Amino acid sequence: MKKTLNIAIILFATLLISCGGKEEKKKEGFSYEKKATTEQKAKKAESVPASKKIDLDNKGIGPITSLALPSEIDQGMVTQGADVFKKMCTACHRPDKKFIGPAPNNILDRRSPEWVMNMILNPDEMVKKDPLAKALLIEFNGSPMANQNLSEEDARAVLEYFRTLK
Amino acid sequence: MKTFLKSTFALLSILVAFTSCNNASKSNSGALSSSAAEKVYVAPGEHDEFYAFISGGFSGQLSVYGLPSGRLFKVIPVFSQDAEKAYGYNEETKPMLNTSHGFVPWDDSHHPDISQTNGEIDGRWVFINGNNTPRIAKIDLSTFETTEIIEVPNSAGNHSSSFVTENSEYVVAGTRFSIPIPQKDMPIKDYKGNFKGSLSFISIDPEHGHMDIKFQLIMPGFDYDLSHPGRGKSHGWFFFTTYNTEEASTLMEVNASQNDKDFIAAVNWKKIEAYVNNGGGTMMPTRYAHNVYDEATHSATSTIKKEVRVVNPLDVPGAVYFLPTPKSPHGCDVDPSGEYIVGNGKLSANLTVHSFTKMLDAIENNKVAGDAYGIPILNFEDVLAGVVEQPGLGPLHTEFDGKGNAYTTFFISSEVVKWKLGTWEVVDRQACYYSVGHLMIPGGNSQKPFGKYVVAMNKITKDRYLPTGPEVTQSAQLYDISGEKMELLLDFPTVGEPHYAAGCPADLIKPRSKKLFKLEDNKHPYATLSEADTKVVRDGKTVHVYMTTIRSHFAPDNIEGVKVGDKVYFHITNLEQDYDVPHGVSMIGANTSELLIMPGQTETFLWEPKQVGVWPFYCTDFCSALHQEMQGYVRVSPANSNTPLKWSLGEDIE
Repeated sequence: MKKTLNIAIILFATLLISCGGKEEKKKEGFSYEKKATTEQKAKKAESVPASKKIDLDNKGIGPITSLALPSEIDQGMVTQGADVFKKMCTACHRPDKKFIGPAPNNILDRRSPEWVMNMILNPDEMVKKDPLAKALLIEFNGSPMANQNLSEEDARAVLEYFRTLK
Repeated sequence: MKTFLKSTFALLSILVAFTSCNNASKSNSGALSSSAAEKVYVAPGEHDEFYAFISGGFSGQLSVYGLPSGRLFKVIPVFSQDAEKAYGYNEETKPMLNTSHGFVPWDDSHHPDISQTNGEIDGRWVFINGNNTPRIAKIDLSTFETTEIIEVPNSAGNHSSSFVTENSEYVVAGTRFSIPIPQKDMPIKDYKGNFKGSLSFISIDPEHGHMDIKFQLIMPGFDYDLSHPGRGKSHGWFFFTTYNTEEASTLMEVNASQNDKDFIAAVNWKKIEAYVNNGGGTMMPTRYAHNVYDEATHSATSTIKKEVRVVNPLDVPGAVYFLPTPKSPHGCDVDPSGEYIVGNGKLSANLTVHSFTKMLDAIENNKVAGDAYGIPILNFEDVLAGVVEQPGLGPLHTEFDGKGNAYTTFFISSEVVKWKLGTWEVVDRQACYYSVGHLMIPGGNSQKPFGKYVVAMNKITKDRYLPTGPEVTQSAQLYDISGEKMELLLDFPTVGEPHYAAGCPADLIKPRSKKLFKLEDNKHPYATLSEADTKVVRDGKTVHVYMTTIRSHFAPDNIEGVKVGDKVYFHITNLEQDYDVPHGVSMIGANTSELLIMPGQTETFLWEPKQVGVWPFYCTDFCSALHQEMQGYVRVSPANSNTPLKWSLGEDIE
């Protein structure tokens, strides 16, 4: 009985594996690295990744030291910001999903407006000195935030556009 | 015992004496060489005081050095293809090397000269001549890129070029070899009296620097060797040395060295300009290429021009005179005041200096000694300002420090000799290693030289550096000329064979140096200004790939539907907008060079896939920590396949 049960369990397990595994996955060859990543993730589950971390007090390092956002969203700025974002940022950022860099939606729930502006305007110094920016650089595989030489006005418009991304 | 002591003492004292002698001499030379070292030392991260633009000679290029350090910063491709920068390989710059003879991917670049305003170097453009297939190039010193090349028709061995007048009105190009004008099938032995030499005055647009041949002066069939503009009081005149006034066409080293005196041709270009502005001269049918690079489209266009205005000097009386000058003069140099014209008679023991004032006086008083093909020859004695007696052997070129001194190179005796204008006395001489040709003082061809350093460009290197087989590097030497005596400071290697050079204070150029191209100003017809606009378009057998780069990926990076036999144009726009973040690209099997694309720039290369398969491309310029990941694939299907055209980036990203 015990033996039969054992065999049944093994059979069942085999069935499960072969059913669950898609054809695609078989073609992948080996999955050593992927497994390792999952394990690492699981282990580090308690520590929040930089992209999810909330810090509304950190203003970052750069030209913007204080910025109060009016409660009303300025639609003119949003349109301009969306245009700048499309031209200058979409090579690495998608509005609502992780791409080369993190997604900017709901960014103001996690970061101060000053931090966002400084990250756009002064990325070289930010990734060297700001603890959050440094952690982000590592989280995103060392992919640097490119300095696209935006004017302060353009960066501010991009921030207004970010306010509309939920 | 006593004797032993004595002799020991004697020995010891001799030893001490020797040692102290040695010490003294060592510390002496040490102090000397350390002061030379300090003078050329530019600390890490600091900048040089001067730019030096040193011609690349038979490399066809122009190299950029810092002085006093002698450090090489850049080799600007001008007349030769340069795979490193894709110059002459990418679709945008191929037209730059077009000529009336077709695509000519090489030349021999000789004499750079920087544009001037009011007789002073202004640091906007540097011009340089292609000697072999006569051309003049303009390099924009805000981008350090060749932005224009004009071919010079009716010219051969474009050597007495490319010198700029004191308000950059003209860049002047003279022929070294005389030829039939127009070209025709005729016996070479009938050279004398039938061949002609052309002197071309190419106007420079004051705003954009665009070049246009205003007129060509058709002169007797001599060899026009070098030239320089008048300045200050002689502004409006141009001076050309000649040799082969014998008009020989064979065994020139003997036959062109017969006459005791050749000429310096003095050309009153202001007079000819007025004549031309009044409709003077005739339009002559010819063919020459005019190639212009447009910074907005990042692309060059080549236009073949069909005619040129020629002027017979006899039609403009009083415009051209010959000043007799001993023994096949080479360099033709005008001092900062414009008064003295130095003829460096390369086979003469003495250095001849003419006086502009005396020349005008001789012309006014009609002191003419004869004529050559109708062009008046003035009396040697009437125009002579003075002679530097036996300063050395084989004088070639002279530069000035703006403090009343002249510096002449002597090829045969291998030295630079400093002498005084007006008194003609030799002040100092310093050996060159070896056989110096040209020399350069920053601002040398202007009213205001910066007389701190002189660079000697040597023709022979021999043992000056570690040997590198039979071919060794070319060599330049830097001398401090701030004191009464010259001091050799530094040897440094150079590219190709440097002929002339031009230098100026770094502060004239540095603030204007462009750091990137703005994406919003990019008007390239195949530009892709955002990743959303990337695409692949098929047009018959031609495929256009509109691709972008940013750290650290190509978009798209997977392309399918390309077929064997296609012509695939990769139009790549670098979306970076940060200083010094270029990306490169290369495709396996492409019969061309990589591209090196500056921030905001678009460049194109052609790939003609010949084999079925999946072929990679990658970034060639280490751009970021993820540079090695900057790669992609193109699937190439058989010519008759139906593989659909597809392109993508990161389809499976989470």
